[in-house]
Amino acid sequence: MSEPGTVVELPPAATPGAAPGGASGGLAHNALWQLTRARVLSFLREPEVAFWVFAFPVLMALALGIAFRSSGTPRSRIGVEEGPGADSVAAALSRSADLEVLRLSPADAEAALRRGKVAVLVRATAGGSPTLVSDPTRPESRLAQLATADALERAAGRVDVARPRLQSVVRPGSRYIDYLIPGLIGLNLLGTGMWGIGFAIANWRQQRLLRRLIATPMRRSDFLLALLLARLLWLVLEVGIILAFGALVFGTAVRGSWLAFVLVTLIGTLTFSAIGLLVAVRARSIEAVSGLMNVVQLPMWLLSGTFFSSERFPAVIQPLVQALPLTLVNNSLRAIMNESAGLATVAPAAALLAAWGLASFFAALKWFRWD
Amino acid sequence: MPELSQQSPGAGPALACRGLVKRFPKVLAVDRLDLEVRAGECFGLLGPNGAGKTTTIEILEGLNTPDAGEVNVLGQAWGRGDGSDRALRERLGIQLQEAKFQDKLSVIETVELFRSFYRRGPDPEDVIKSVQLEEKRESWVGKLSGGQRQRLSLAVALVNEPDLLFLDEPTTGLDPQSRRQLWELIAAFRSRGGTILLTTHYMEEAERLCDRVAIMDHGHVLALDTPAALIATLGADHVVEFAVDGALDLAPVERLPGVSQARREADDFALIVREPHVSIPALLAELDRQGVGLKRLATHHATLEDVFVYLTGRTLRDE
Ligand SMILES: Nc1ncnc2c1ncn2[C@@H]1O[C@H](COP(=O)(O)OP(=O)(O)OP(=O)(O)O)[C@@H](O)[C@H]1O
Ligand SMILES: [Mg+2]
Repeated sequence: MSEPGTVVELPPAATPGAAPGGASGGLAHNALWQLTRARVLSFLREPEVAFWVFAFPVLMALALGIAFRSSGTPRSRIGVEEGPGADSVAAALSRSADLEVLRLSPADAEAALRRGKVAVLVRATAGGSPTLVSDPTRPESRLAQLATADALERAAGRVDVARPRLQSVVRPGSRYIDYLIPGLIGLNLLGTGMWGIGFAIANWRQQRLLRRLIATPMRRSDFLLALLLARLLWLVLEVGIILAFGALVFGTAVRGSWLAFVLVTLIGTLTFSAIGLLVAVRARSIEAVSGLMNVVQLPMWLLSGTFFSSERFPAVIQPLVQALPLTLVNNSLRAIMNESAGLATVAPAAALLAAWGLASFFAALKWFRWD
Repeated sequence: MPELSQQSPGAGPALACRGLVKRFPKVLAVDRLDLEVRAGECFGLLGPNGAGKTTTIEILEGLNTPDAGEVNVLGQAWGRGDGSDRALRERLGIQLQEAKFQDKLSVIETVELFRSFYRRGPDPEDVIKSVQLEEKRESWVGKLSGGQRQRLSLAVALVNEPDLLFLDEPTTGLDPQSRRQLWELIAAFRSRGGTILLTTHYMEEAERLCDRVAIMDHGHVLALDTPAALIATLGADHVVEFAVDGALDLAPVERLPGVSQARREADDFALIVREPHVSIPALLAELDRQGVGLKRLATHHATLEDVFVYLTGRTLRDE
């Protein structure tokens, strides 16, 4: 039957004694090790994914950290409309350290106010007091209005009766970047946990790889465990990178208990992974799982206070907001990093977080389909 | 079923199923199917697209549960719930139609991964060599050609040195050279005492590799025997196909010397004949008598394909 020139033969038979098989064998023959390795390798070989996981949070921290850096007191911009009396008004305002004065033609003045280029527009009137025009819906206009009125009154000869002494204190951990870094860690744990698990499973189900795997004697627990182990490796890397970046560039730090920090990130990762698993129990395609994933993540992106405080939401939805897994992670990490909290402080939140994780995990096990 | 025991007498069946039924929402994919594959034989499941081959084989592999019927694989049933399924899987080699491996893993990494699921088996390097993928050892699976992926899939099926090998369309998409190499690999596996159940659309493959074949359509078996015996049921060895440019009355043609059957397929006709050199001159004379002209005529040796057409009125590859 053989064609000339081709040699086809089966692999030499394994001798059971020599074959390093079973649980007693080396790492190469350990299914858990091989599954974890396969997961880690195929992840490392996706440069796009590595970008989203590692570079994105760092770039985000850099951009927002610079945009919101606190460099002294911000000065309010005041527009002075050209006209009779404008010169003396402008001179009066320029003497105040809190104000930056722009001279505007009547044609440009309205537009500048509308676009927020100036917080207050001053219209001098011949003889009488100038008019201050501002938009009360802008948070900065109130302050600017007071500072402008103050400057004008002083120029008109007001004598201050009582002069309180001013003292400035910047507490460590109270800058915006201090607020932001824990939020970015939480957001990253959410994203990579859910995508890392859910996306992979839906993809493998679609390609019938899951079916191929259960056609072998592979232990299903090894498979799930390997997914989690690979996640934990990323956890160390991604959290390490964000922490190191924050510390080096912005001087952020973990001021509270490291043990609590490790515990919260660990429980957070496992919980988000379990939610990712739950989302992917049945999804037969990447498209299906992406949709579900967004539905689950959206409330947390909006409500969990990653970029600004969730305390601003109305009281009626606060119970929901506070119970979301990402809120629990964010608030706990903030307490640990910025308020020197220890294990006891974050224990209730960590317990609730773990409950989310366990519930999702067992629900996922119950409904999981391999094909 | 005709002549059930002409080979490896005494060996019990490696695989058997009885009264298998599988219903999907819109189709009855498997309809009261009985099969028996003997230890050491290569058994082929033939049938057109949608015949139920994959559904059947996946039930036998324990990946699908039947709605009714019994399955016995290497002496045991699936799903006894005592951990025996895992032990059974140690002894099976499985290739799934259209299963993919992870794109970003290399050939060797993939084989090592699957090797780690089994207690015993050959060295991954040797398995890769056996399917001639040494050159692609370090290539990512995503960068392999279709045929190379097919070979990888066979390598993975052989990674535990199975007793029973399931191959679902193992050579679809292979070039003729690779197909031959694969045939040799399957023959070598068999000559070492392994049992094989394979599905295919290729008649040549079934005739060459399989000791016995079952021809199936609409979820049940139409005929089951050795390829030679199935071809013999046609009553003759040759097929004459022709087309004419007028209205032909087939009844007198069927009575010509040496003709065992005559069929019409749209504008074409097919005769199954014992001796072409007797029947063809008679056919030409008959066409003359009826006053129709001959547009085309060809003859070939009868194959399993002809058996299938005879049994169902359809071709095996009805794309
Ligand atoms: N999961 C499923 N859900 C619904 N219908 C299915 C499913 N799997 C198969 N079928 C249907 O069952 C029938 C048999 O399909 P099967 O895949 O077994 O055919 P096959 O003989 O392997 O065909 P092919 O040669 O194309 O591989 C088809 O009509 C198919 O549409
Ligand atoms: Mg099929």
